[in-house]
Order: sequence, then structure tokens, then C-alpha cells
Amino acid sequence: MTDTIDRSDTADGDRVLDHLVVRFAGDSGDGMQLTGDRFTSVSASFGNDLSTLPDFPAEIRAPAGTVNGVSAFQVNIADHEITTPGDEPNVLVAMNAAALKAELHRLEVGGTVIINEDAFAERDLEKAGYVDEVGATINPLTDDTLKGYRVLLVPMTSLTKEVCEPLGVKPRDAERSKNFFALGLVSWMYTRPVEPTEEWIDEKFAKNEQVAAANKAAFRAGFNFGETTEAVGHRYEVRPATLPPGTYTSITGNTALSWGLVAAGQLAKLPITLGSYPITPASDILHELSRQKHFGIRTVQAEDEIAAVGVALGASFAGHLGITTTSGPGVALKSETISLAIAIELPMVIIDIQRGGPSTGLPTKTEASDLNLALHGRHGEAPLPVVASYSPAHCFHAAIEAARIALKYRTPVILLSDGYLANGSEPWKLPDVDTLPDISVPFTTEPNHTTADGTEEFWPYLRDPETLARPWAIPGTPGLMHRVGGLEKQDGTGNIDYTPENHERMTELRAAKIEAVTADIAPTEVSGDADADVLVLGWGSTWAAIDAAVQRRRRAGVKVAKAHLMHLSPLPPDLGDLLRSYRRVILPELNRGQLAHHLRGTYLVDVTSVSKVQGLPFKSREIEDAIDQAVASLGADEEGATS
Amino acid sequence: MSTAQVAVTTKKDWTSDQEVRWCPGCGDYGILLAVQQLMPDLGVAPENTVFVSGIGCSSRFPYYMNTYGMHSIHGRAPAIATGVATARPDLDVWVITGDGDGLSIGGNHLIHALRRNVNLNILLFNNRIYGLTKGQYSPTSEVGKVTKSTPFGSVDHPFNPLSVALGAEATFVARTHDLDRKHMQETFRAAHAHRGSSFVEIYQNCNVFNDGQFDGVTKKTNRAEMMIDLVHGEPILFGPENEHGVMQGTDGFLHIVDVADVGLDRILIHDEKNEHSSLAYALARLNSDDHSPTPFGVFRDVERAEYTQLVGDQVMEASAQKGPGDLEALLASNGTWTVD
Repeated sequence: MTDTIDRSDTADGDRVLDHLVVRFAGDSGDGMQLTGDRFTSVSASFGNDLSTLPDFPAEIRAPAGTVNGVSAFQVNIADHEITTPGDEPNVLVAMNAAALKAELHRLEVGGTVIINEDAFAERDLEKAGYVDEVGATINPLTDDTLKGYRVLLVPMTSLTKEVCEPLGVKPRDAERSKNFFALGLVSWMYTRPVEPTEEWIDEKFAKNEQVAAANKAAFRAGFNFGETTEAVGHRYEVRPATLPPGTYTSITGNTALSWGLVAAGQLAKLPITLGSYPITPASDILHELSRQKHFGIRTVQAEDEIAAVGVALGASFAGHLGITTTSGPGVALKSETISLAIAIELPMVIIDIQRGGPSTGLPTKTEASDLNLALHGRHGEAPLPVVASYSPAHCFHAAIEAARIALKYRTPVILLSDGYLANGSEPWKLPDVDTLPDISVPFTTEPNHTTADGTEEFWPYLRDPETLARPWAIPGTPGLMHRVGGLEKQDGTGNIDYTPENHERMTELRAAKIEAVTADIAPTEVSGDADADVLVLGWGSTWAAIDAAVQRRRRAGVKVAKAHLMHLSPLPPDLGDLLRSYRRVILPELNRGQLAHHLRGTYLVDVTSVSKVQGLPFKSREIEDAIDQAVASLGADEEGATS
Repeated sequence: MSTAQVAVTTKKDWTSDQEVRWCPGCGDYGILLAVQQLMPDLGVAPENTVFVSGIGCSSRFPYYMNTYGMHSIHGRAPAIATGVATARPDLDVWVITGDGDGLSIGGNHLIHALRRNVNLNILLFNNRIYGLTKGQYSPTSEVGKVTKSTPFGSVDHPFNPLSVALGAEATFVARTHDLDRKHMQETFRAAHAHRGSSFVEIYQNCNVFNDGQFDGVTKKTNRAEMMIDLVHGEPILFGPENEHGVMQGTDGFLHIVDVADVGLDRILIHDEKNEHSSLAYALARLNSDDHSPTPFGVFRDVERAEYTQLVGDQVMEASAQKGPGDLEALLASNGTWTVD
């Protein structure tokens, strides 16, 4: 294997690797996500550090056996801390011809490909598109396609059927268990513990004993196949990582984000009302919060995206923490209500799990192209805070931070995550819940203004001088009845006011309030070489690939530093100076350079965009190349200067 | 919330200090007065009352009520009010909307609030015209209506607001008009008493852009012949001497008849509690235009589980079953392992 480090002590016995990237690929109906999840869970509880990349089609069931229907799950397991799911798999499991066709190009040179050879009949090859110009089928198992790879041909379907037959399972049903055969085989090859998976099968399929029995039989058969078949060869091992002490769980971004919202409600001492409309890849948050009603959470699956954000805003007006979850197309629909929330200055959290766009785009693939939408996608002068999460586990903290800002400054806040973070997973050292911040804010319960004749009044737009937040007085509070609305309000009283000076003043106040959030933003953390000329700046899910790339270039002796932004609006107050202190700033983004343009406009600094819009996260190698180019360009500058 | 504890209020307590800015002579004034006068009778407190509106002339309404209120976005009031009511089932939530706001841009939210039976009192001011944007036809304008945007007459088939509400399975559906304060107040009182979504269509005159639209029915001289007063449990009769009535024919349809021709026994007894909405629907479709006998009053008032109550119950049940939420337990709920 090319980039893995062999840590074996002896020539014989098991080989020990520092990390391993496995990619399971098969038909959408083959259960590849489940197989990958199991392999991940077992590795997590075994103590490896890990990172995953589920990669599945938008169609629930595309035509079986076609390239469009291929569903894949990539997992990187390591004996040290890692951040990415790996650039290139070391091992590819291909459950059918289409999976091989779609995925083989990803496999590293010399990598291992484990193939279900039962799925390469004439018809399978045709459906997979293994045909030549005249329409004759090509068999990749017998031509040069697999040259240069370590190939393991295993009749997984027939072996699974064979072991299931004595259990009385019909062959058609037995075939469905072949993913567990694959998991068993891979578990043997890479020395994964067996018991957790067997227990999990018992639990998961408790209601259908026959299915449980078939899956277990297939799993064992796969494991035993590895043990008894010489062709499989050596076993490999990836030892546990030495992670900081603590209690860990394996978490996806959407689960972490959901739990972050639950925590935000607890920390704010407020009930949550979630208004949401199903949309990929955000729906899991609606599902998860719907399960957590005992935290006082109300979930409303609204009739549309607009109603969903309306429900959230109405709930905030009534004194709840109003939240809405969606993806880019939904944010577009919610835009008008977000502007109303800005005008009536109420807290609300809008969560955008970004996906490839425009329009329906790539619903199941990742992209970070809603930044412009988040920063600017409203009518009128309508600034709001934007926060971005950068890893699956970080979604937990980002959700709390978004809610904190929303409550303290009485403003809608957009939290950006993306499909990669949403579905990707990593081990998460559980935080001590007692150390989480108190983000509660008081409701206003008393009048706040006295008129000349001594009458006590409530002025809904009389601001806190520091945060510029207006008072939050909720229905049910005697004496503080007031009306809010989309029409421009008079500074202080909140009465409708169309005068030119007042509108300008209110516009400035709304902007100044968002700018006031900078008071809470910690100095930007920079890591890497202190004397570097090149800074890699990032935001969102690029963190993993940037981290891996910077580490590798530094190990290779390249001087480079990195910084990652969580607050995208307002930007950290020290950012302009920081950017100016480097000779080169490169900014990898899963869009066409949206933050890069924004920073250039904001600070008049030269920021080089590194763009990728393939629906996939960056490979760290791509960022390494960008670092090398930036460093080389410095050399060119110097040559130019001296010649 | 116990009504017994609510302090006695007067109309003044429900009137905000804001200057009312509708056109002089607008039907909205009569509706506002009816509501402000009625509120002290309902046994609720201003601080526990919320008025949510969308956009349009009628949607200025919340500014004039001394309650909590939100003048929101065109069409979205039912959705926002659903959020208010779901978060706080203890509040009295009113939605003020119009024919454009509620049936055009916000039609989707209206029907879904009604189907869910969210505890909202929805007052739809129907003037069959866009007033705030100065005179375009609305989704309730009749075919052929000449307006600024339909110089050759509207070709759109209009909505009947009550048909829409009944089609959405609303549990309370009524109609009143802006010229009869007492009728409005009785209708609003019934709407308020109903637990769940209450939908009230108010014939409202826009004296600037669509003056006299409802005169054929609601003008004093026409009322006796044209207005059919629906009274629960009573035969549906109208006319100066109650000489006309509504009969269900053997064909299943409703017909306007002379009582003398068919006998009082054949006249339909109004049953607002009828679980099936078919008769209410037929009544809502009785008038073919604004120049034919038109029913007013409560068409339908039936009980069905109320949304915010159901949502709240699930929260209570979950808490009873699982105990109050424990964040630490939640974070460990997907299985953990320990690194020493």
C-alpha cells in the first residue's frame, strides 16, 4: 500500500498498518451504508480514530445494477488522530459490476479490490456499461482492467445462499445477506472484533429471527472464508489510536447538530420549537429532534419551507427558541421571513445543511455554495450573523454558538453545515456538560421608559447600549403589550415611522448590532509554522482536508500555517491584519471562491481561491498541491525581484 | 387559564394608542370596533391575546389592538400564528387576513392551519379586491371583473372562501358582514368559544376600489330578501315574513323554495354540529353571486382534537415516560467507549 505505514514487528504473522481506508460499494439496495456503518462502529469501539464519507445517489432505488445506482461508504481508520476519510481507498469492496465500474478509479495504485464475482454475468456487465463500441460485453475480471491491483474474487452471493439454505431462508432472501458476508470477510482481513457485530445483528433484527440468523450466518461465512482461504493471505491490523483520555461516542454531523440544539435549549433554559420541512440532507435533524420531546421540544413538520420558518419565528415571538432546519433551496424560500426576523429583531436559528446546487442540484452530495446566500440572500439591508461548523462533532458546539448569538443579540442566525459533515462521522470525546456555557437571557417584564408626565411605558425598540439588542417581552407579560411588524419602526418606541432619518438610523443600528457580535469572537487561532509565508485559510468542512494537508507538507519541510473560521458574519475583528501578515493566503472552498471574494472585498487583500465543486470533499492532496503552488510562487516572486 | 381570574376590562383597555389609518369609510373600521367592543366580554386578558396578520389593508389591524401583535408577511400569518399557538397553547391567538393574503399568496398556510385544527381564530376580510396595491382583482373577484390588471375583465374563476375552508376540513366555519356589528360580535364570540381553528369570512366593503360589492345582499333594503340567517336547530328561513326557505331536494341538492309551496316540514333544519360537512358545503355554495340569497352565521361548528393540545400532550407524555431530558444521558445514548 502506497501511503500507509507498515508498523509490523515481524515478517510473519499479522501485518500492522498505521491506517486503512476501506470503501464499500454496491447497489443502492445492497446495504452498503449499513455495512460501512457497522465497520465504523466496530472500529470506533476498538479504539481507532476514524472519519467516514457516505456517498450515495439521490434516487432511493435507481435501476438495479447500473452505475447510477451505486452507493458507497468510505471509512478511514487509524492508530493516530486523523481528520479525513482518506484521499484514495486502500481497499475497495465491489458488490457488483456497476460498483467496480463506478469506483475502481478511486482505488490507490496497487490497492486491494475485493469483488463479488457472482455479479458479473453477461446481463450484469451490460447494465454496468461494460460494453465496447459495437455493444459486445467486456469482462473486467478477465481483461486488463484489474491489472496493477491485488484482486480477490469471491463468489459472495452463492456462498451466502449456501450457508443460508439450511436455515430455511429462500435463496432470494438469502441473497440480501451478502453484504454481511463482505463485512465478515473484511472484518477477518483487517482484524476487527466479531462479537459487537453479532450482537448488533441480534438486536437490530430481533423482530425477524430468520433474517437475523441469515445475516449472522453470512457474516460468519465471510469471516471463515478469510481464515480458511489461502488466497486471502495475510491479516492486517490497525491498532487503537492514542486519543486523549475520556468517554467517546461515534457521531455524525447531523446527530451532533441535533444534540447541540437540544443542549442550546437546556443552556438557554428555553423550550425549543422546531419548524421544518423535509429536505435532503437536513431531514435527520427533524427526525432526531422529534424523538427528543422529553426535553420540552415541539416539532412541527410544516406544509412548506416558508411555513416552517414562520412557525419558528412565531414560537420565538411567544418566548421559545425558534429553530428551522433546511438546505439551500429551503433557505431561498425562507428568505423573506428571515428578513422579517431581522426587522422585528427576534432570536431564531436557521440551519442550512448545504448540498450541491443550484436548484435541486446534487441533493445527496456536498458543497459549500450557500455562503453568498447566507451572507447576502435577503432583500433590503439585512445583515445577520453566520456561523459555520467544521467537523461532524463540531456541529454540536456550532449549534450552541448559533443559539447563543441569536438569543443575546435578538437576531436570526444562519448556521452552515454541509452534506459531508451531516452524514460523515468521527469519534467525539464527550464534553463535560457542566462546562457548557450558560446562554440564557432574561425576558423583559417591566416597563423601560417613563414619559414626561411620569407614565411608565414599554418601548420595544429601546436597546441595550452594549449589545444593541432590543428587549424581549413575551405574550403573557402584563403591561408590556406591543406590536411588531415588517414596517419600519421608530427607534425606541417601535411605532411605525417612515421618516428618512429614522430609516437610516434604524438601518445603521441593525448593522451595528450584528457588528457588536465581534465582541464575543475570540482571536483567530493560527497553527503551523510561526515563520510561514503561506497561510491556508478555511471555513466549514474543508477543515479536515486542510488539517491533513498542512500536517503532511510540514512533515515534508514546507513552511505553512493554517487558520479556520467559524464566524463568517461578522468576521473576526483580527482577520484583516492576520491576512495582511502573510505573503500568500490560499482559501480552499467547495464553491467558486465565495469567501475569497468576500474577503478581498472586505479587506482589500489578495486571497487565492482554491475551488472544487464536484459534490465531494477536498482530498488533502489537492490542498497540498495548492500549498506547493503558493510556495513556488513565492520563489518566483523572489527570482523576479533579484533578476 | 381560568377566566375567573381575569380583571374586568373595557374597550379602552383593548385599544392601542396608534392612529387608525384606513381610508375614511372603509369597512375595516366597523370590524375593528366590533372586536374592540367584544373583547372585554370574552373573559380574557389583553396580555394573553395575540393578533397576527399578513399584509394588506386588513393586516394593519394588530397595530390598533392593545394586545401582543405581529404584522407579518404577505400570506404567512397562519404559519406564524401556528408557531405562536404551538409554543404557547395558553394564549388566545387571532389571525387577521384578507382575500388576497389568505386565499392567494397564503392559501397554502390557511388550508393547513385549518386541517391541523390549530387553535386560531381566523378572520378573513373579504372585499373581493386588492386594496393596498390600489385595485387589482383578487382570488374572490367575480369572472368578468374589470380592474387595473383586468381591463378586459377577469377570466379567473374565483374561490368561495367558505368552500375552501370546508374543503380543508375546518371545524368552525362562519360568515358575517361589516355592516352588522351585533352579528359580527355573535359570530366572533362563537369563533372564540370554539376550540380549534375557527374560520370567519367577513364581507367587507372597500369603498375606494370596490364600493358596494355586497350591496345586493347586505344593503338594508335588500337584507330581508337576500340574507339567510343560519340558526342552529332552526329551519332555514328568510324573507320579510320568513316566507322563503332552504329545502334539500330528493336529488340531494339544496333548493330555495317558498314555504307555502312545500310546507314548513320540508325546510332544512340547520345543524352546525353535523359531523359531515356536505350540508355546510352545500349551504356555502347556495349563493351563485352577490345578488342572490346568501347564508350568514355559523355553517359548521364541530369538535375535533386540537393541534397545539396534541403537540403539547406528546411532550408531556414523553416527559412522563422518559423523565425530564438529561443532556449527559443523551450524549451517551448511541453507545460510548472509554480511553484511559
